[in-house]
Amino acid sequence: MSVRHALLALLSEGPKFGLRLRQEFESRTGEVWPLNVGQVYTTLQRLERDGLIESDDSGGEGLQKMFKITPAGDGELAEWLRTPPDSVPPPRDELVIKVLVAVTVPGVDVRDLLQVHRRQLVEVMQRYTHLKAEAAEHDVGLALVVDAELFRLEGVLRWLDAADARLLHTQWTADPAATTTATGQQRRDVEARR
Amino acid sequence: MNVAIEMRQVSKVYGEGRAEVQALREIDLTIRSGELVAIMGPSGSGKSTLLTIAGTLEQATTGDVLVNGVDVSNMSPNDRARLRRRSIGYVFQDFNLLAGLTAIENAALPLELDGVGVRTARKAGLRALDALGVADRAGRYPDDLSGGERQRVAIARAVVGDRQVLLADEPTGALDSVNGEAVMRMVRTACKQGVAGVVVTHDAQLASWADRVVFLRDGRVVDQTAALPGPESLLAPGPRP
Repeated sequence: MSVRHALLALLSEGPKFGLRLRQEFESRTGEVWPLNVGQVYTTLQRLERDGLIESDDSGGEGLQKMFKITPAGDGELAEWLRTPPDSVPPPRDELVIKVLVAVTVPGVDVRDLLQVHRRQLVEVMQRYTHLKAEAAEHDVGLALVVDAELFRLEGVLRWLDAADARLLHTQWTADPAATTTATGQQRRDVEARR
Repeated sequence: MNVAIEMRQVSKVYGEGRAEVQALREIDLTIRSGELVAIMGPSGSGKSTLLTIAGTLEQATTGDVLVNGVDVSNMSPNDRARLRRRSIGYVFQDFNLLAGLTAIENAALPLELDGVGVRTARKAGLRALDALGVADRAGRYPDDLSGGERQRVAIARAVVGDRQVLLADEPTGALDSVNGEAVMRMVRTACKQGVAGVVVTHDAQLASWADRVVFLRDGRVVDQTAALPGPESLLAPGPRP
């Protein structure tokens, strides 16, 4: 989550003191991603430098100051809400790399390795689910954040299951050219991740 | 905590000769009262077989199954049926409510079958429906209930009276994720009150409601999750998982 835009969103409700901004950020993201004071302050400084917020000079220093959003800040926030998130996965997913390496290392039981990662992922999912289960039912912010993480982890697990099935049914080949009919560009995209 | 279900070296074979299928192989599994355990595995891994044997609906080919400390392997079919009516509740994917009975009649059915008087059974049934938030649907027939309501009634029937074991096979079935979560909250609440719960599922989000997740592959237990650390572990510094 962008701290910058979260702070703009909080200020879109009206002027607030820096310390209150930090408290509200934490309560609304379900305290799953705590911020430190420095992060909030440097982000506020940058927002002010970019003309997206203003502070009153009469108050104290740093987080003691009162901040308010500018019309440019409102515009930036509205624009951000509608911009598609960066959904392209990181070029080198560590788990994918580990599994790709494992199939080439002699003596490694890849299915056992997949199970180790499967168990670890489920353990993390259990911790998130219990966080949600213990939270008050009206804590929608926490439930939304936890759900997002659960769906992401579930996606990784499904990839592990698919990898498991694929390794069971097909012979691994080190030469993808022998087994694919993907176009040149598709191939290059996939290769970039390997 | 009491041991509610204990499986010792349980194997199950269907068919014989060339048609022989080994569904379960030497399963050792202990479920304690108050514990919610999920069984995960790909289709054909033996999940549902494990559940039906734990619930005494089927018998193991070899090995022992103990429910509340009593070995069910040598029980007569009548005694096993009585044990099921009194101690074990089942929740299935397709609810399995009797269409000709109202919600409360469905919920009270296991007690009535066990010889409990109609009024006492219905009272207990209504309590169970109330605990699941569907007491106001008591007089409706399953066809007049939504999917989420039907599954609540099915859970009420599974926990009615003084059941100690709750067994569920893909209990959220075709429910949407919010209703599915509500079902798992109820199962979890029942376990917090002392019921031993076993949920069989291929859905990791469902399984993550459990205190412990057991992984099955080719009829064997291949792995299980460690005891849960507190949620504060998610707030620890360092890269997020």
